[in-house]
Amino acid sequence: MLPAISAVIAAEENPNPLLPAVADLVWSSIVFVVILIFFLWKILPNMKKMLDARAAAIEGKIADAEVVQREAEQALTQYTAQLAEARSEAVVIREAARADGKNIVDEAKDAAAAEAARITATAHAQIEAERQSAIVSLRTEVGSLAIDLARQVIGEALDDDKKSKALVDRFLADLEKNEKVKK
Amino acid sequence: MSPCRERIPLNGSHPRDSWGISPTCRVDAIRVPPSRISLSKQEKALLGNVAFMLSASTEDGGFVGPSIMEFFPPSFLFVGTPFEINRIIMIRIVMATLLILLFWLGTRKMTIVPGRFQSLIEMGLDLVRVNIAEDLLGKKDGARFLPLLTTIFWATLFLNIPGIIPGFNIAGTSLVGMPIVMAVIAYVMFIYAGLRKHPGTFLKASLFPPGVPWPIYIIVTPIEFFSIFILRPITLSLRLLMNMVAGHLLLVLCFTATQFFLFEAEGGFKLFGAGTLAFGFIFSLFEILVAVLQAYVFTLLTTVYIQLALAEEH
Repeated sequence: MLPAISAVIAAEENPNPLLPAVADLVWSSIVFVVILIFFLWKILPNMKKMLDARAAAIEGKIADAEVVQREAEQALTQYTAQLAEARSEAVVIREAARADGKNIVDEAKDAAAAEAARITATAHAQIEAERQSAIVSLRTEVGSLAIDLARQVIGEALDDDKKSKALVDRFLADLEKNEKVKK
Repeated sequence: MSPCRERIPLNGSHPRDSWGISPTCRVDAIRVPPSRISLSKQEKALLGNVAFMLSASTEDGGFVGPSIMEFFPPSFLFVGTPFEINRIIMIRIVMATLLILLFWLGTRKMTIVPGRFQSLIEMGLDLVRVNIAEDLLGKKDGARFLPLLTTIFWATLFLNIPGIIPGFNIAGTSLVGMPIVMAVIAYVMFIYAGLRKHPGTFLKASLFPPGVPWPIYIIVTPIEFFSIFILRPITLSLRLLMNMVAGHLLLVLCFTATQFFLFEAEGGFKLFGAGTLAFGFIFSLFEILVAVLQAYVFTLLTTVYIQLALAEEH
């Protein structure tokens, strides 16, 4: 009834698949050795070279980044120091400028005051001089006028200068005395 | 019934070629009837079930399942020399060339900032370098054994994957030579690693594990010898071989059954074709997983053996 099953179990006259033929072994070895040589000689060295290069590149980049960072930090400190220095310098300059300005103003004030004083003094002196000259000329004119008047009044020529001068002086003195009394 | 019933003389005499099969036998094998099917043990039960289900419809002898002869296609180049080439060997050569070409293109001009293709290649190489070699062996020993481990992984993967590539349809590792060669290399490597690291004491430490009372050695030493020096390479090669053989037979079974149901079966049986086709599709996807997994397992076990040899306690 089941010839197929018995057939499966029977019939072992066929070649034994566990016993290798010579050509099978020869070609297996050739194929394996060729692949092995190729991996040994080309592929794995290439891969190793690339991996080493990659590791070096990564390490190099990290080192570069560290250097750059250190530089940046340095630049920052430098910049901060410069900034502080500039600030203090600015303060100094401002103070100096303020002092200078004060000095200039003071000097200008002094100069103006001195000039004013000088002008005032000159004006005083001029006025005084003019008053003196006015007094002198007045005294002379008033004297001669008064003498002329008196001559005409008393009809007598007072030729004697000495006398007339004394008279005038007495007159003026009386005049001044009267004014002082009035005051 | 003789296995080579129809002896068709192809070139007069039929010297058995290096695969141990006479050409006429091969012709016979191609149209082997159901009664000639021969499979690895783990497939027998499965195929038995299918054959039982099919038996009703194969009374007329229409359905032909896959046989072990799948793995012994006729040679077409250098026949009779040790360099005989058949379809599977050709697939190995083609895939090895593709592998070398791919990695050569991918690593030819590597840049520090990888492009898309380079990223993929790097991922592929790092899978072995970081996840297997450096994880288990550490940086120093990992670098020592890296070329070997990378070759084992990628060679296995690239020879496994043609099992589902249309046109190839059979894995380069489904012929026993390749698993044997790689297992022997792994075997030599871990013994070399042990002898190099612990000259003189490696064999003693492996066969006489420390901390065991001496009478126990009578039973432990043969077991250790058997498991380390005999079983390891055998399991390494058979695991890979059988996975690939079983996967291939399963796919052939699914697709030949589909062919049979769709074009030879009558009426309602045609519907079974859709089912077998779906199974073929699912198992094709599964075979991708198996291909990657077996490559990974082979490499990982090799690494573990090397690690054990290096770390042998004294």
